[in-house]
Amino acid sequence: MDLLLVLGIPFAGTLVLAFVGARRYAAELNIGFSLATLLAVALLALRMVRSGPLLLWREQFYLDSFNVFLVVLTAFVGFTTTVFSRPYMRVEAQHGRVNARRLRLYHSMYQLFMGAMLLALLTNNMGLLWVAMEAATLSTILLVSLYRTKASLEASWKYFILCGVGIAQALFGTILLYFAAEHILGQQGMTALLWTHLNAVRGQLEPRVLGLAFVFLLIGYGTKVGLAPLHNWLPDAHAEGPAPVSAVLSGLLLNVALYAVLRCKVLVEGSIGAALPGRMLMAFGLLSALLGALFLWRQRDIKRLFAYSSIEHMGIITFAFGLGGPIANFAALLHMTVHSLTKSSLFFTAGHASQSAGTQRMDGIRGLASSRPALGWGLMLGSVAILGMPPFGIFASEFLILTTAIQEHPWATPFLLLTLGIAFAGIFSKVQPMVFGDGAAPKVQHAPSLAPVFVHLGMVLALGLYIPPALAACYTAAARLIG
Amino acid sequence: MHDADLIAQLLRLLAAGLLLISFAMLSRRRTQRLITLYAWQGAILFLSTCLVAYGEGLRELYYSAALTLILKVILLPWILHRLIHRLGAQWDSEPLVNIPATMLVGLVLVIFAFGLAQPISMLATTITRHTIGIALAVILLSFMMMITRRKAMTQVIGFLAMENGLFFAATSTTYGMPMVIELGIALDMLVAVFILGIFFFQIREQFDSLDLHHLEKLRED
Repeated sequence: MDLLLVLGIPFAGTLVLAFVGARRYAAELNIGFSLATLLAVALLALRMVRSGPLLLWREQFYLDSFNVFLVVLTAFVGFTTTVFSRPYMRVEAQHGRVNARRLRLYHSMYQLFMGAMLLALLTNNMGLLWVAMEAATLSTILLVSLYRTKASLEASWKYFILCGVGIAQALFGTILLYFAAEHILGQQGMTALLWTHLNAVRGQLEPRVLGLAFVFLLIGYGTKVGLAPLHNWLPDAHAEGPAPVSAVLSGLLLNVALYAVLRCKVLVEGSIGAALPGRMLMAFGLLSALLGALFLWRQRDIKRLFAYSSIEHMGIITFAFGLGGPIANFAALLHMTVHSLTKSSLFFTAGHASQSAGTQRMDGIRGLASSRPALGWGLMLGSVAILGMPPFGIFASEFLILTTAIQEHPWATPFLLLTLGIAFAGIFSKVQPMVFGDGAAPKVQHAPSLAPVFVHLGMVLALGLYIPPALAACYTAAARLIG
Repeated sequence: MHDADLIAQLLRLLAAGLLLISFAMLSRRRTQRLITLYAWQGAILFLSTCLVAYGEGLRELYYSAALTLILKVILLPWILHRLIHRLGAQWDSEPLVNIPATMLVGLVLVIFAFGLAQPISMLATTITRHTIGIALAVILLSFMMMITRRKAMTQVIGFLAMENGLFFAATSTTYGMPMVIELGIALDMLVAVFILGIFFFQIREQFDSLDLHHLEKLRED
């Protein structure tokens, strides 16, 4: 029942908001649907915490300690983003960047996107996972191209082509997975694609086929994670879409894609036995982290800056999962959580700052701290948090990743330190003048809702100081599962 | 027994036809021709799926064959034709650089695909196992078409052809994915084409052309 609500509310929201259109209460309705989804998710998560992993609807849906926190995180950030988006989109409409029809499209597709992500996270069926990922891609194409400017059309075309090709590779990987599974599990209905069944027999799956399948799956879903060298779509899509969309793309979609890669990794590692999947994750992760940090320096657009920072962080997380072991996996799961919260708050502040400055170019945004203290300090604190300064949660996870790397793969340490150093200098030197430089950012007609920014940053701070035992237990169990 | 042999032979013939069409796609300039070729690819997929279903007595495959016929032979080509008519792009053609070189690269891709498919073919037990290499080749050739072409429409046809290759790969290795998944994939494809259809009009409105040369502003600076 709770599962039906979790999946049903966003899809119902898609339809209802498509009919409501651009009426005055559409934004409030969007918030309402997201809040209802969050409540339903909370019910489902509570049931899982009480009774252990859940298999629902003829085993088609699965909830364990690995996806439960991602589901909650997705619903939560999805909700706070709608709160931020209400005044933001109202101002955009007043500035004439979106008309009534596009606003309708925006609300409707936002709900569809949330529904597709929740479906991808909750399904136990590797084929359905692919279908949901593709649906998430398609709905975000429409969100990225919302402004219908030349640049946004180009960005979403690039997004479609790159992710379309990528996700086709993932489909081939899924076919190979099914092929290997069918030999063991037989063609009885749909069980041969169910992750729990595959996981039970993973030792018997043909290693050569699974090795090949993993290459395709990693390239396919990895494109959506934004792993270099397949990251080209990411900065464009983040920079050209509306700020709330950038926030959910960076904070949620990248996590969901990485989740898909990891579910595959568990199966493949069980079959091959060797550390090949881990090595591949480490290589892709390190390359993305380094490239993301280097490209940070060359950015002039505030949203592109944070998009490259996302590539860097997804690289670090992927690297940590490649390291494997209880500590690195724990740190990577924590990093997924805090990165998602911090990065979405950064896109909120960056979006609002560029909205009031009238430009996304960083040299046009100045003096936020004096003219708009809440906004300026939100941006500054968010940047400090994303750079991994001590009291915040990202410090904890990066510290754990770094110490594990020093112990197990010392050769990687200099690269990691270099990445963190370059990113620190790059982001700090660009954010500092925006916040403390001379100048002023004019106010916009509707007061922004900056509460989500501080709620997110407060949670990141809290997670840096104290991880609740229930969450820690969840991370530990998930870390053991990922191996 | 003789019957099964004949079916296997016919399937290989159809697979060869599929590969040939992929090569033809690489060398065609006119968008309209490409759509026709795409429809033919769908027709071959339909026939081969029916043959496998008949040969192996699998009822489920008839449904997926019917889905192929409706979606890939009739609906999608019809939508694409209507689109280019409304865009006034039916006589569009694009200059292709160096067809012989493209063909040679295509050949190398086919050899690569066969090498890659070798271990899978050896493990497969389907009557179509020898065509896995061809399926992979079709995927790679469509991929190449997407990379080398500069027209929005051609890239989309490349994308759809790639999905055809994937469908063929699924039938050759495992007699197709479970029905629900196939329906999901078909729905995604259909939605993709609708979205891109809307997209074409916007791209043309903004850039006065469907040529993607104009879409190269977002570079790293």
